[in-house]
Amino acid sequence: MSFTRRRFLQTSSAVAAGAASSQLLGIRQPFAQDTMNFKPEDGAELRLLRWSKFVQGDETLWMENTKKFTEATGVPVRVDNESWEDVRPKAAVAANVGSGPDIILGWFDDPHQYPDKLVPLTDLAEYLGNKYGGWYDAAQRYGKKGDEWIGLPLGASGARVVYRQKWVQEAGFETFPTDTQGFLDVAKKLKENGHPMGMALGHGVGDANGWLHTILWGFGGKMVDEENAVVLDSPETVAALEYVKELYQYFIPGTLSWLDPNNNKVFLAGELGATINGISIWYAAKNSDDPALQEMAKDIYHAQMPVGPVGKPTELHLFTQAMVFGYTKYPNAAKEYLRFMWEKEQYEPWQLAANGYISHPLAAYAENSVWTEIPKSEPYRDCVKNMLWNGYSGELGPASAATMADYIIVDMFAQAASGERSPKDAAKYAARRAERSYR
Amino acid sequence: MAVDVQQPSARAAAHAPSRISRIGQSKGFLSFWFMLPAAALLLLFLAYPLALGVWLGFTDARIGQAGTFIGLENYEWLMEDPVFWLAVFNTFLYTVVASIIKFGLGLWLALLLNHHLPFKALLRAIVLLPWIVPTVLSAIAFWWIYDAQFSIISWSLVKLGLIDHYIDFLGDPANARASVIAANIWRGIPFVAITLLAGLQTIPQSLYEAALIDGASPWQRFRYVTFPMLTPIIAVVMTFSVLFTFTDFQLIYVLTRGGPLNATHLMATLSFQRAIPGGYLGEGAAIAVSMIPFLLGAILFSYFGLQRRRWQQGGGD
Repeated sequence: MSFTRRRFLQTSSAVAAGAASSQLLGIRQPFAQDTMNFKPEDGAELRLLRWSKFVQGDETLWMENTKKFTEATGVPVRVDNESWEDVRPKAAVAANVGSGPDIILGWFDDPHQYPDKLVPLTDLAEYLGNKYGGWYDAAQRYGKKGDEWIGLPLGASGARVVYRQKWVQEAGFETFPTDTQGFLDVAKKLKENGHPMGMALGHGVGDANGWLHTILWGFGGKMVDEENAVVLDSPETVAALEYVKELYQYFIPGTLSWLDPNNNKVFLAGELGATINGISIWYAAKNSDDPALQEMAKDIYHAQMPVGPVGKPTELHLFTQAMVFGYTKYPNAAKEYLRFMWEKEQYEPWQLAANGYISHPLAAYAENSVWTEIPKSEPYRDCVKNMLWNGYSGELGPASAATMADYIIVDMFAQAASGERSPKDAAKYAARRAERSYR
Repeated sequence: MAVDVQQPSARAAAHAPSRISRIGQSKGFLSFWFMLPAAALLLLFLAYPLALGVWLGFTDARIGQAGTFIGLENYEWLMEDPVFWLAVFNTFLYTVVASIIKFGLGLWLALLLNHHLPFKALLRAIVLLPWIVPTVLSAIAFWWIYDAQFSIISWSLVKLGLIDHYIDFLGDPANARASVIAANIWRGIPFVAITLLAGLQTIPQSLYEAALIDGASPWQRFRYVTFPMLTPIIAVVMTFSVLFTFTDFQLIYVLTRGGPLNATHLMATLSFQRAIPGGYLGEGAAIAVSMIPFLLGAILFSYFGLQRRRWQQGGGD
């Protein structure tokens, strides 16, 4: 039986009532018991396009779960993997020509580029949200357009400070500082000791955008306000630019050209004291055949990204979500597949196998054993919880995508850091560029 | 006896080919049908995408939305866009510098290979290698060669005591421009060299013998025999070389994504960036269409080069 809105309301009422009574009785019940199903169409088969693995465990468990789904439903699923930066163009082309994979795991605000080309997933998302403790705010922001869910958030490839504990302790810090001033202090000391920091300032989609948006928002700067008016040229932005300009002095040389893979390889070569990255650096070192890298892995630790003067986390992570395209002949099968993969029985082992590489968008998965069984993953637990969205604090849509694709924030920081423009001029110039997209 | 005057003409009419069969045997008609598949392919795969691109440039089309006609608005926006103008500047710099150097080195290499060298076939195969290797692979190789921390060039120069610090090949705007141009030159030389070599081998030996008898020096033989005879092929080679360089995408995309600070953005990379990840198909198309006048210029260059060959064969320009 396919799941209708009415049935969903009945289910969610029962779930809510059950949860409330459990709380009254003092029984902890993180997961509701009810399950919804979408009946796959006769003869259904699915094609899924997703990004290539960053860590092997992700792909292995994803395929195992997919196999389980096929065994349970008889629906074959072909999974294609593409380099993560190629997924967005392919999804865009699929939306434009009306043909391609039934489901695509895309990035950031992809669903907001072509919302009317997607199958609404409201019933599924509301069911999952009710069952698993609710969606984090940023996940809702990315997944919903108005009241309708157009994407199903999978989570975020979280970014955290990845550092060498021994060198940080030698620099005089028992734990890694979590505020921007402390971050600057440790950068200075690490440089003095010959183990500098380094973060991408080139056109790296994930890394450069990630840490620089975090700094910008941490100082109170932002691209646009809630009305989508460009407010980038502000004293807060200038303060953030001055901060990065100073920080850049303590970086390893060459970061202006760094793309996403650069910091991974420099860190693993033993030349970086700290960087901002996903869990993949530690994962690669830990699973390497090289004893030196295995030894290095023992000294690699993770910490929160710096919190700026605004006093709360303002992070941007590489967010990914599933889209079901309107041209699919098997929307029910697609939704059933997503439901199956997002359920605790599949999601938690998958997240564990990936060592927490993808941070969850559903609050209940904060209880996943990955965060306790693998203590070095724990700092990644709250990535989505602490996250804002690209184009903050305006709407997600063509303009937010265009400004990010044009690297306006990244170039602004790179200009200030390299001295090509003063912080004030860099902010003005970037605001003018942003106004083109928000016209 | 009455003579049936109608009979011969009726017989003739009976044996005359029908109008349809006459049309079927007509040269023009057959040519039309033989040409039709080629014309259909050209229309479908060349003219239609080109026309669609031109049309999109006049619309506000976005990913997933057809867009409406907005006239020249995209172009007006581009006129005020400093990044677009930087991309135009970069594209010209990239094309002019790389094409001139590729021509100079390619011609020199072709002249060398045209001599009777030992292992000539092997040498020619080696020269072709950069052209054979997929662009993305050579770009990745250059990415390592230019790496800020692991560059083999920097490492060698440091070991030789010639420099103290690693060169920031791709992090400094000027260095980055020079580095991507160098990579393009490396990749493009074989095409120029091998094609010019083919041209050199079509020049009759008798012309050189005659020049030798007249006491021409090596430079004079090059100036008055080789170069004029090579001009038509130079025109074609350089046209293609300019077209390939002007529309380069992969090298930049792998090496820099247009960074640092957009210093290596070409019109092709900016067009892609605005149209696909950025979602503004209309604006991306407008940037691509802006390349057409320059590409037409390169084709006209080839056209006049080929006219020169007619002049050489005794025709008028």
